[in-house]
Amino acid sequence: MEQLTTIGLNHYLTISAILLGLGLFAVMTRKNAIVVLMGVELILNAANINFLAFSKYNGGMEGVMFALFIIVIAAAEAAIALAIVINIFKIFKSVDVSSIDSMKE
Amino acid sequence: MSNPTYTVIFYLFAAITVCSAAFVVFTRNVIYSAFSLLFTFFGVAALYVFLSADFIAVTQVVVYVGGILVLLLFGVMFTNGIMQTGQKSEVFHIVPGTFLLAGIIGALLYTFYTSHGWMPSESTLQGSIVERIGFETMSRYVLPFEMVSILLLAALIGAAFLARFDKSGK
Repeated sequence: MEQLTTIGLNHYLTISAILLGLGLFAVMTRKNAIVVLMGVELILNAANINFLAFSKYNGGMEGVMFALFIIVIAAAEAAIALAIVINIFKIFKSVDVSSIDSMKE
Repeated sequence: MSNPTYTVIFYLFAAITVCSAAFVVFTRNVIYSAFSLLFTFFGVAALYVFLSADFIAVTQVVVYVGGILVLLLFGVMFTNGIMQTGQKSEVFHIVPGTFLLAGIIGALLYTFYTSHGWMPSESTLQGSIVERIGFETMSRYVLPFEMVSILLLAALIGAAFLARFDKSGK
């Protein structure tokens, strides 16, 4: 009971583990490329929670700065990935990742 | 901290985050996934406030909800057609995916709860850290900061170049 009512590092790690598992599940099972991207965003958020939790309980600023840079990289990744998905849609008329199997038009 | 109100609010936001993330993953409708992701991002931002990273929480709301989520919604609308909001997304590899989900979560939680426990430092982060982020950005992390800004600029120009419409009218 003491463990449940006192919020500690393990609570954040649990949430982060669940988000990581759900994100991997989305990446593995979905055929729509956009939902796969949503799974990647969930994984990045899980990593961010871990960085910030360890940073808080360590007292340093390294994790906070790393989380800030992860958010920037995630924005760049989402923009590039969406551009690629739109190009795939223009060529194949579909965003189904299992039907995209040729490298030439 | 064992303040009851604090604990209850923490569990509320944890539940919002986990349930909406599960809805993102398990619903078949792409539009529902995108809107459920909104609640996940807000829940994660609230957890960042609990971790005394208030600046990161605001950045999360501005960048993820204001930028990435709008971009994903734009992608959904563009590739499915605005009129077909009932578009279903097919799934495959359900059984190995479920094993992976259960295995990852089980293994990580087993490791967390059976290891000898983390030893928190004497000086945990307290209060607002905006000022410290400013100092760190302009002193220790000034090179990564500039590099990531150039990377972001290049990535956005590249994305705009990739997604443009052809003049030849293909």
